[in-house]
Amino acid sequence: MNKEFKPRITSFLCKWCSYTGADLAGTSRLQYSTSIIPLQVMCSSRVDPVFLLKAYLSGSDGVLLGGCHPGDCHYETGNYHTRRRFALVKEVFESLGLESERLKLSWISASEGPKFARVANEYTEEIRKLGENPTRKSIFL
Amino acid sequence: MSSITIEKSASKGINDLLRHLLSTGKVDAVLAMRMMPDTGAWDLALVTDVKNLKELKPLAPVMTVNASQVLSNLSLSGKKIAAVLKPCELRAFVERVKREQGSLENLFTISHTCGGVFPLDLVAEGKVDRLLPKYEKVVSAGEIPSNIRDTCKACEHFIPMNADIMVSAAGECKPGEGCMIYLNSDKAREALSECTGEHGSAVLDSTSLEKLATARAREREKLFSSIEKDCSGLDGLVNIFGKCVGCHGCSRVCPICYCTLCDFESINFDYNLPYFEEHLARKGALRLPPDTMLFHMGRLTHMSFSCVGCGMCSDVCPVGIPVAAVFSRTGESTASIFDYLPGRDVTEEIPVMIFKEEEFPELG
Repeated sequence: MNKEFKPRITSFLCKWCSYTGADLAGTSRLQYSTSIIPLQVMCSSRVDPVFLLKAYLSGSDGVLLGGCHPGDCHYETGNYHTRRRFALVKEVFESLGLESERLKLSWISASEGPKFARVANEYTEEIRKLGENPTRKSIFL
Repeated sequence: MSSITIEKSASKGINDLLRHLLSTGKVDAVLAMRMMPDTGAWDLALVTDVKNLKELKPLAPVMTVNASQVLSNLSLSGKKIAAVLKPCELRAFVERVKREQGSLENLFTISHTCGGVFPLDLVAEGKVDRLLPKYEKVVSAGEIPSNIRDTCKACEHFIPMNADIMVSAAGECKPGEGCMIYLNSDKAREALSECTGEHGSAVLDSTSLEKLATARAREREKLFSSIEKDCSGLDGLVNIFGKCVGCHGCSRVCPICYCTLCDFESINFDYNLPYFEEHLARKGALRLPPDTMLFHMGRLTHMSFSCVGCGMCSDVCPVGIPVAAVFSRTGESTASIFDYLPGRDVTEEIPVMIFKEEEFPELG
């Protein structure tokens, strides 16, 4: 793959855990991939499957959804619903023969700055290997 | 299971049954398919006067609208209604009840073993009457008529799952040789205790339907593999859904898509100048109306696990997209990850409304 390819990873991060985890990575001065484009949501369950699809169809090379660990949701059960919806979107991708690797769900708590940095870097690397999302160029979507 | 045998054809037998329910006041109205005698046009009719019952053709292989859609508000009216539903319409209604879009409380659900329905273009051309004799012959032999909806050919749930009253109309049924009516609920047994016919006890002989089940399973595999071939990957999707004109007809006629404030028709999808500018700056061209692919994929994630495969969406598509086949196929996958079967049981919750604490360990 061409070396200059810099993935764009639209990242929906929940306010209470993953976004705060990203903040902690920053204040701890941990280096992490600049491919991550963070978007704060109040809860990972605020993310309608359509948001993930929109990001994918609009040319995001990867779509990351970050929430609190199961059992730790600020709203008690939001992330359990997130997990079901995410499983649903993955299944739709697989049944349509789309690259479901372009979607990723990760549980990152507010204290897991290093984990955020690791997930960001590893996922960026994974997407770099996968290459550019074909939806970036397609004008028929 | 209690049963009633009426020495008439299934279509005459079911009319007797409806007459009994309406004339004895067990129900206030009857909902069933009707053919207008003058024009030969078909519609779904709500009948409250016994004299209008003769126009009804409750077992006709025609679905002008998925009856579960119109039944929603009617079922909440407090009136008792006998509704003749195809198995998929009944399943769709159960899915709607789960979404608080109706109630089974005041209904007598009457369903039948289903041989499939004709596509709407045949119905609109007024060909149903002419095609009916051959259809009945093929269906009673447990075979698949060649001119029914594609998703009907591939439907494996042609035996109603939980109707109050079930009429045998495919497979074991020989036209003109007696009509078997099975009573599945106390309210059905109570309402029909004085209905004419031979009362007894019987169970639907599913062995006579095995031939049909096998043929349907084969058709299902054939349909799904052809969809898999045509609709795989981004190119496949563009190939299939690229024709979409964005009319949203498929979601209007879908019995599961009940939201009157559909997100895709809301202000969220009201495109403004900045949207066009941003999009054009990136791609240099834009398909209009935008987001047709997002619409279909969005519907797949929002409701495919509840898709009953009635085929209304394909029938109304003005550009011939096999919407129902795509939705049935993906729906089977999405329902299976939750071990869900739409319309199986009204107490079974919609998969996205519930969760287990320990599941999908591979995610996250």
